[in-house]
Amino acid sequence: MGDFFHAVGHIASNASAYRNAVIAAVVLLFAASGELIAEKAGTINISLEAMMLAGAFSAAIGVDITHSAWIGLLFAATAGLLVAVVQANMSHRLPADQFVVGLVLNVLVLGLVGFLTSSIKPQSAVVRRVKIPLVSRVPLVGPALFDQPWVLYLIFPVVPLVWWLIYRTRWGLEVRAIGEDPNASDVSGLHVNKLRRQTIYLTGVLAGIGGGYFLFARAGRFEDSLIGGRGYIAIAAVIFGGWTLKGTVAGCVTFGLIGSFVLTIPSLGYKSIDPAFLAIAPNVVTVVAMAVFAKRVRQPGALARPFIRGLK
Amino acid sequence: MSDVGEHVVTEPEEDEVASAALQRSRFGITGEVIALYAICVFVALAIAAICVAATGGSWMNVYTAILDGSIRKPGRWGLTLGVSAPILLVALGTVVNGRAGLVNIGQEGQLVMGSAFASYVAVRLGGPGPLVLIIAMLCGIVGGAIWAGIAGALRYYRNVPEVLSTLLMGTVAANLMGWGLRKPWLLLAPAAGRANRNQVSEPLAADTRIPRWTLFGNEFPISVLAALVLSIGVWVVLDRSVVGFRLRMLGRNPKTAQRSGVAEHRYGIGAMLVSGAFAGLAGGIMLAGGDFGNYQLVANFGAGIGFAGLLAALVARQRVIVLIFVAFLFGCMRTGTGFLTATGISGRVSDVVQGLLVLSMLLPPAILYVRERRRALSATSTRV
Repeated sequence: MGDFFHAVGHIASNASAYRNAVIAAVVLLFAASGELIAEKAGTINISLEAMMLAGAFSAAIGVDITHSAWIGLLFAATAGLLVAVVQANMSHRLPADQFVVGLVLNVLVLGLVGFLTSSIKPQSAVVRRVKIPLVSRVPLVGPALFDQPWVLYLIFPVVPLVWWLIYRTRWGLEVRAIGEDPNASDVSGLHVNKLRRQTIYLTGVLAGIGGGYFLFARAGRFEDSLIGGRGYIAIAAVIFGGWTLKGTVAGCVTFGLIGSFVLTIPSLGYKSIDPAFLAIAPNVVTVVAMAVFAKRVRQPGALARPFIRGLK
Repeated sequence: MSDVGEHVVTEPEEDEVASAALQRSRFGITGEVIALYAICVFVALAIAAICVAATGGSWMNVYTAILDGSIRKPGRWGLTLGVSAPILLVALGTVVNGRAGLVNIGQEGQLVMGSAFASYVAVRLGGPGPLVLIIAMLCGIVGGAIWAGIAGALRYYRNVPEVLSTLLMGTVAANLMGWGLRKPWLLLAPAAGRANRNQVSEPLAADTRIPRWTLFGNEFPISVLAALVLSIGVWVVLDRSVVGFRLRMLGRNPKTAQRSGVAEHRYGIGAMLVSGAFAGLAGGIMLAGGDFGNYQLVANFGAGIGFAGLLAALVARQRVIVLIFVAFLFGCMRTGTGFLTATGISGRVSDVVQGLLVLSMLLPPAILYVRERRRALSATSTRV
């Protein structure tokens, strides 16, 4: 246990630990901010994982073909959207169970990506780092936040944009309404399932970009284990955050810190902490947090309940 | 008054017309159902074939390789049976929690827990072999049930969605087993019997393994028969007993169930326990059956069997008898992959085919449901 605290201290003064934390948190945040909107609308997309993986893979392909990170990101967003289209239309146009569809999509995309990477080997995608003057010179945190591949800086507008969408637009109000009470919203003229589909499309785009970003952040080498459950952690971050944007950001940062801890600790030479415990830490924290907070926090009233007119 | 009178007179006629229409449509619907399933499966296989062709392979080779590897070549269908048995068991458990309206997607972890418990006990317990085997299987059942039961208890006492908790705890189980395989006092085999740095558990003693049965040159563990018997048992309980009826009621409408005397907590958590128990048993027979490695645990022991079982249950749409065939089909996909390397195509193609098949199987019922509702709505609107 003493070793553990010593390690925490050691990591807190390690520059690359901050960098890892920021990378891990930002990936989660891209996906989680989309998922937050979708969950506000009353859906849970287990296929977030598939969207991120499809995004990362397509980004690798896109960069391999065009050597442009912009096009790579565009590929990533499109791939995420494609997964979202299947998820949304099967579970919110047709009445297939959303968890079932999401799970199958995860299996399918993982298989597809694994199959394709066995014959197509995309080259490493390297993205230019952009240094923002002044702030990047703040010790430890500065370089981690402001001396990064430029794709990271997209997160700075995305989060306020998501806030504005949810809380300051008519669309956001409608989304929150269908998430709370789809029947009442339906009666007052909202197209519940259409709005839900739209939120899932948005999630797909954001998660795809998140996957693409992670590819660039990890020096561009694609493997099919790249995402490795981060989609689930992003969903957990939304729940951990009690379905608020602030909480979601806090959740992503927390899980990012844990992720960085996991990544940094072996390189600092701490042998007594078993990697298995570090790997399960985000999951355990999430389950415990849900067990503690799930009763206290108000979740969207119709969360994970499909809407079929005439059936309650 | 005359209005009402007229209505009463015409009613029988209308009913006859309606019932005739219903009968006709029922015939039509069977044809429609078959056509829909056929189209969906065809499209799924076609997409898979396109994927193979796009990467420069030949889809004919893939299909013959899968057929050869799963059934046609000597000794292969015995292996397929051995692989299908745990898939079937996992799927049976999934049907139980599905009937109760719960979504358990952590079978992989429950299976791993079951195998770890079974291995720990089987290696340490002395005594007559068959007895040790039975106790080890029971411990496997307990291991899986505990892992799913935690999620069930959290669902009912702390409002934690069981979808997420089972999913997250799946990874936890896999990592815990990885940790156990590094600790000699838990699962790691003594250094004498294994290559250095090889993280495996001690193999089961010869008399604590599940006996294997040879039939027409094919060899499979008798746990296959046990799985079949269990599936009949599950069918009887779910479809022909009060408990099964109550579970279904709970799944369809928890409020109605509660008011007619079904204790939501008890039945819900019970369903999760049973579901995990089946996954745990699957892990146990994987360990002691001999078709998965050398009667010992290795890292990543689950090998996706838990997920395969879950998908099988989804395809079979909670019908136990259909499940037996689907589980065998999935077993075929798995053993058939072994023959794919000769064709130069990655074994991952079977994941693609499997995923596409499952996705395509989700479509017809959904489409039919929508059409049924449209029909019902239009019928009521003409009557009004």
